[in-house]
Amino acid sequence: MIVLGIESTAHTFGVGIVQDKEPYILADARADYVPEKGGIHPRESSRFLASMAGKVLSEALSEANVKPSEIDAIAVALGPGLGPCLRVGATVARTLSIYLSKPLVPVNHSVAHIEIGLLLTNSRDPVVVYLAGGNTMIVAYNEGRYRVFGETLDIALGNLIDVFAREVGLGPPYVVKGVHVVDKCAEEGGKLLDIPYTVKGQDVSFSGILTAALRLYKKLIAGKADYTLNDICYTVREIAYSMVVEVAERAIAHTGKKEVLLVGGVAASKALQEKFKAMAKYYDVEVKVVPPKYAVDNGVMIAWTGLLAFKHGVTIDPVKAVVRQRWRLDEVDIPWRK
Amino acid sequence: MAKIELIRKGAEAYLYKTYMLGIPVIIKHRISKEYRDKVLDYRIRYHRTILEAKIIGTLRLRGLPVPAVLLVDPAKAILVLEYIEGTMLKELISRDIELSKRIFMELGKYIGIMHSESIVHGDLTTSNVIVRQSDNKPFIIDFGLAHYSNDIEDQGVDIHLMLRSLESTHPKHVDVLFKEFLKGYTSVRGEEYTRKLLDKVKEIRMRGRYVEERRLKKI
Ligand SMILES: Nc1ncnc2c1ncn2[C@@H]1O[C@H](COP(=O)(O)OP(=O)(O)O)[C@@H](O)[C@H]1O
Ligand SMILES: Nc1ncnc2c1ncn2[C@@H]1O[C@H](COP(=O)(O)OP(=O)(O)O)[C@@H](O)[C@H]1O
Repeated sequence: MIVLGIESTAHTFGVGIVQDKEPYILADARADYVPEKGGIHPRESSRFLASMAGKVLSEALSEANVKPSEIDAIAVALGPGLGPCLRVGATVARTLSIYLSKPLVPVNHSVAHIEIGLLLTNSRDPVVVYLAGGNTMIVAYNEGRYRVFGETLDIALGNLIDVFAREVGLGPPYVVKGVHVVDKCAEEGGKLLDIPYTVKGQDVSFSGILTAALRLYKKLIAGKADYTLNDICYTVREIAYSMVVEVAERAIAHTGKKEVLLVGGVAASKALQEKFKAMAKYYDVEVKVVPPKYAVDNGVMIAWTGLLAFKHGVTIDPVKAVVRQRWRLDEVDIPWRK
Repeated sequence: MAKIELIRKGAEAYLYKTYMLGIPVIIKHRISKEYRDKVLDYRIRYHRTILEAKIIGTLRLRGLPVPAVLLVDPAKAILVLEYIEGTMLKELISRDIELSKRIFMELGKYIGIMHSESIVHGDLTTSNVIVRQSDNKPFIIDFGLAHYSNDIEDQGVDIHLMLRSLESTHPKHVDVLFKEFLKGYTSVRGEEYTRKLLDKVKEIRMRGRYVEERRLKKI
């Protein structure tokens, strides 16, 4: 079975082609929208995605060396994401599905991040720690669905470290040679400053850290501080990462699962991975990390999840395939894990 | 010296059962975590130990079912608590749904009283309630994240956490059990406050979860 998947939820137009046997991945084509400065402007991003769609699609087809007729189904991420961007992917997918007379499979973007992680790390039933730029969640499978055990009550972890870096002039770029600039800056620090540590049950809140850290920075540039920028970065990193580890720990204690899977861009942080490994010793759990290439948005994860779903009869009438900007992960049935 | 037996490794603490003056007790030791900065680690364990003892004390005085605190040593992050013989609520739900319904109603009442006393639990889950074997009374435990607050936001987070714990761990019983919980809560706090609180819960739930809002904040 061969499935073609389309990702276009925010800043990446990706087309992946996968099959249900090794080597699973036949093609992985992508184009990334990189904003000049600041964050993603949904409309600008969607225009970029639309302009790249044709090129990325034909790249994927030639890389996989399959004819359109050999494809069994078209999968598409219908959400969650930015409306204008989602509609680009949905339009391309509907068109392909109708034109090629191939079934269309709806895929939830967050579920796809998890499924590709499971495949590539050979995990069975982990507590999933999902740390993207716009998302921070602790998720685990229970009774037919991925359930949310914890999440951020305000901004995401990636958002915190990026915005902090930007405000104090460390970035962009936020990641240099695979290391986040805040992680890098923290290496020379070591003094723990007064920044709030906010865990509420299995939830976390990062906005207080950002406010406190920026206040400390103001004092620093006013020459009224007995600490350095390195100390601020150190404190932000220690507090924020420890909070995430603690809530993951709570989910492990609560569910009794034996694996932890880190997914999303921030999962690439070595400092964070070290903390998780140190925590894992207490519970005898195994820590796994999605390879960076597939931690970020891509079409392969959509294709792979589409394949799993299609094998269990999940399809959607192209006419009814509308985008769902707020499609929650725990609304999706996962028949392939039953 | 009575025998000391490790009965559980919780998320924060190791729990030992032993006897003091013939009474069964729990020693709760918040253990040091290697992954944390040393200063942060001490701060967290010290602070939570004191807070847990203090808040349990207040709630005992109000007659709520919480285990008595027999000893506190913040520097060592140790609490000695009355041992509650019973079943975790989490386990009871899968065994006896009718009894669970009654317990949720009672629990709602207790949380209502707690909130009237300006105390929020901070980690309300079905793992943090022990149903006492002798009389099926739900004992609320684990006050390490509790704090004093009259803020509707903080009280809303409590309700959100309870609801989410049902959704994630007991998806089939969310509606019936939460309804009972609210019945109990409303009987203490009144219709009007409970309605306002539920609106707050809705708002809290909208905040964190959706990619879109958070992505847009980057701009
Ligand atoms: N090596 C790294 N260490 C820490 N954070 C990283 C690293 N690489 C990427 N990130 C962070 O990951 C986030 C992007 O992750 P991604 O999964 O692409 O999220 P989104 O799709 O929501 O933007 C950014 O906040 C970025 O700074
Ligand atoms: N007073 C008590 N009586 C009986 N069992 C208890 C008591 N306190 C805790 N326990 C048991 O230990 C477990 C963990 O305790 P808890 O206080 O929640 O620690 P943690 O925060 O580390 O999880 C509880 O779920 C319960 O099974």
